[in-house]
Amino acid sequence: MKTATLEKLQAARAAKTPVALATNLRSGQQLLIYGGSTEGDLCLDMDMVVAAGDALRRDEHVRFSTPVGELFVQVFNPPPRLIIVGAVHIAEPLARMGELAGYGVTVIDPRRGFAESQKFEGFAVMGDWPDEAMGALKPDSRTAVVTLTHDPKLDDPALAAAMRSKAFYIGALGSKKTHAARLGRLKELGFNDTELARIHGPVGLDIGALSPAEIAVSIVGEITQVRRNGAA
Amino acid sequence: MSSETDVLSEAAAWRKSGKGVALATVVTTWGSSPRPVGSQLAVDDKGKFVGSVSGGCIEGAVIKEAIEAISDGRPRLLDFGVSNEQAWEVGLACGGKVQVYVEKLG
Repeated sequence: MKTATLEKLQAARAAKTPVALATNLRSGQQLLIYGGSTEGDLCLDMDMVVAAGDALRRDEHVRFSTPVGELFVQVFNPPPRLIIVGAVHIAEPLARMGELAGYGVTVIDPRRGFAESQKFEGFAVMGDWPDEAMGALKPDSRTAVVTLTHDPKLDDPALAAAMRSKAFYIGALGSKKTHAARLGRLKELGFNDTELARIHGPVGLDIGALSPAEIAVSIVGEITQVRRNGAA
Repeated sequence: MSSETDVLSEAAAWRKSGKGVALATVVTTWGSSPRPVGSQLAVDDKGKFVGSVSGGCIEGAVIKEAIEAISDGRPRLLDFGVSNEQAWEVGLACGGKVQVYVEKLG
């Protein structure tokens, strides 16, 4: 890989710009493929560039056989995101485990004292109300949203925003009883059963988790299951 | 960025400090393999490395090829198959197959 290519690849990753790197495995020539442009010394047919763009959208590395040699397309998308609503006790291990699993973590809590907690040093923390914060964060198909506050004033607007987005995972902490009441409130806001079924509640895999760290394991486990195996 | 070691950033930093560096990338897997396509391993000219392309089964062989790639500048495509008693060092005990592309940086 040429130094210029490496530098441009690193710059795109730092700017969170999706980019694909196509490599001819015989010649070593490479091409960086962005949404609308390409850069590098590898000449590719337009249909190959389009196929690389598709791979980027699917977030999948691909291999092609071409007349000029084998081609490997490695995609570099920004990390998937985990949005945690509620800077509560469980949020700390959840943020840390989410980060370990490769997520860019943001913690939202407008309550004075919660978000400022030293526990979240090093994480993106927002002190805005969840509806405003979610509006700014714009969850997409590579975003997981988990609410932890138990407070309808905070959880409900976040869940509503999550259901209006393409977030691949939505989870809400709370008992079965709490969750049933929550679904009732959200239904009154106009959400139908299909939309409400996107919310995993009670959140997490049923592994008998008790401590905050164990609950975080069950939540990260469920997010992983949905991401890798698809919604159950 | 994830707290998992960022292999490319580490490789870029090594390169910047003047070291010879090669990058190994898993480009194909068949059957059971410990690391998915796209997994990377960066190696410097002294054999220091970060990242992984397997569960440790083939790293030794990949590092050796990477050091050669640093000195001759040629990219290589390495195949690793099912291991047996004789080829333990360069095989995958899990019975899978992987193909690893090794390229010099810079």
